[in-house]
Amino acid sequence: MNKIFAVAGVVIKELYRRKDFYVLFVLTIIICLIMGSMNVFNDREIIRYVKEICLLLIWISSLIIAITTTARQIPAEREQRTLLPLLAKPLSRTELVVGKFLGCWIVCGLALVCFYAFFGVLAASREHHWPLLNYAQAAFLHWMALGVVIALALLGSLVFAAPSSNATICFSIVAAILCLGRYLDKLALATPEPIRSIVYSLYFSIPHFEIPFDMRNLIIHDWPLIDWKFIWLLGLYLLAYIAFFLTAACLIFRRKALN
Amino acid sequence: MNDPIMPTILSIQNLRVEYPLRDHKRSVKVAVKNLTLSVSAGEVFGFLGPNGAGKTTTMNVMLGFVNATGGDILLFGTSVRQPIARQRIGYLPEMTYYYKFLTAEELLRYYARLFEIPRPETDRRIDAALKLVELEHARKRLIKTYSKGMQQRVGIAQALINNPDLLILDEPTSGLDPLGRMKVREIIQRLKDEGKTVFFASHELGEVETVCDRVAILHEGELRAEGRVKDLVAEHQCNLEQVFLRVVGFQN
Repeated sequence: MNKIFAVAGVVIKELYRRKDFYVLFVLTIIICLIMGSMNVFNDREIIRYVKEICLLLIWISSLIIAITTTARQIPAEREQRTLLPLLAKPLSRTELVVGKFLGCWIVCGLALVCFYAFFGVLAASREHHWPLLNYAQAAFLHWMALGVVIALALLGSLVFAAPSSNATICFSIVAAILCLGRYLDKLALATPEPIRSIVYSLYFSIPHFEIPFDMRNLIIHDWPLIDWKFIWLLGLYLLAYIAFFLTAACLIFRRKALN
Repeated sequence: MNDPIMPTILSIQNLRVEYPLRDHKRSVKVAVKNLTLSVSAGEVFGFLGPNGAGKTTTMNVMLGFVNATGGDILLFGTSVRQPIARQRIGYLPEMTYYYKFLTAEELLRYYARLFEIPRPETDRRIDAALKLVELEHARKRLIKTYSKGMQQRVGIAQALINNPDLLILDEPTSGLDPLGRMKVREIIQRLKDEGKTVFFASHELGEVETVCDRVAILHEGELRAEGRVKDLVAEHQCNLEQVFLRVVGFQN
């Protein structure tokens, strides 16, 4: 585990020292601040509207951070040839993949804490209450969903040569799941066989990001807390996808020639 | 022949490496053809050959970066595919850039963690490695601010961080100015005096003649000559450069 943490530590250090990471962060905060200042009539509906847009923005920003930072990790190591001295050390390729994943996931977790804390302060300044546990449930599932996205981007970085094509494909997949994932079962019902079976299998095999995405409603509409048992189960569901994509990434990387 | 008394550290047996050609997917390029050689402990072994001879490919198989089509390579008696085989080696690739966002000290600390070297020992080794490559003054500077020669010396320092028994250097002086080359040569000489085994590929034949005990000359993936530098020079009655040119067929 020490080697995995060492790799993760360097990933965190890189992202902490890169300037482009902060640009997106500051941009999101500025837009949220502008949105927050829109509540001039102290109307609850307007506050909800602002909260919804701000949370959507946080989701988009976190997806951009997760995909762009992960997609370039291994390709950059190959391009700059830092991968060769690294893998000449007693570090297995599996440890490298897991370390890279962990580093990106921790960075996204830290970014989420900052985003949600900032959003919480902004919302509390208008509503004068802060449902901390609702935030915790939404942020936890958001972080788990980002874990799946990071594992998917890491897998893509081993399949596609260019980080840009990998990032585009990952964005398209995640956007398609968020927008269409929940309707696939209804679509299956309306289609004849064998398309029905294909659409059904797709419905049951994709990671349903729309569930953690909908957790925003806990904060937007001040809904009561969800039983923690379901939150942990959903966490486990997403963890299974993380494990699947990471295993696939490790298997592909193990066979890849580095020359 | 290598020294029969000293234990064999590196053993290459009937190594064959083939690459599929991109233009003709069915045909393959044979990069290395049935290469067999061994390196004993304490030797400085020069691995020579013109560009495209198969030197880097052989090194890539030695380090587990590329799979061999046939044959086997054992490092300290263990298959190169096992990470444990790399515990006792140091590697300096040709023209490598290190993490620009790290300082030399951070880079060495990172690699020391991968070798699971205890922290107090890590501090001592970082000091010793940076002193050896004369980079103590720049240890806190980001690597992106280093000159090419300094980056090459960081590369040597990282290759030495685990106090390796076998050092694999791929053209360690390529692109360096005469002063940089002299410093690298001095470092190899010092390692030789310490009894380390060094396996290095180089085009600088004068340098190879100075520091190497034995050499192997590879051409078009085949081993064309192997032996003690003194013996090869005596046999052909010329210097190593002329031996090299004769062996690869550029001179009679």
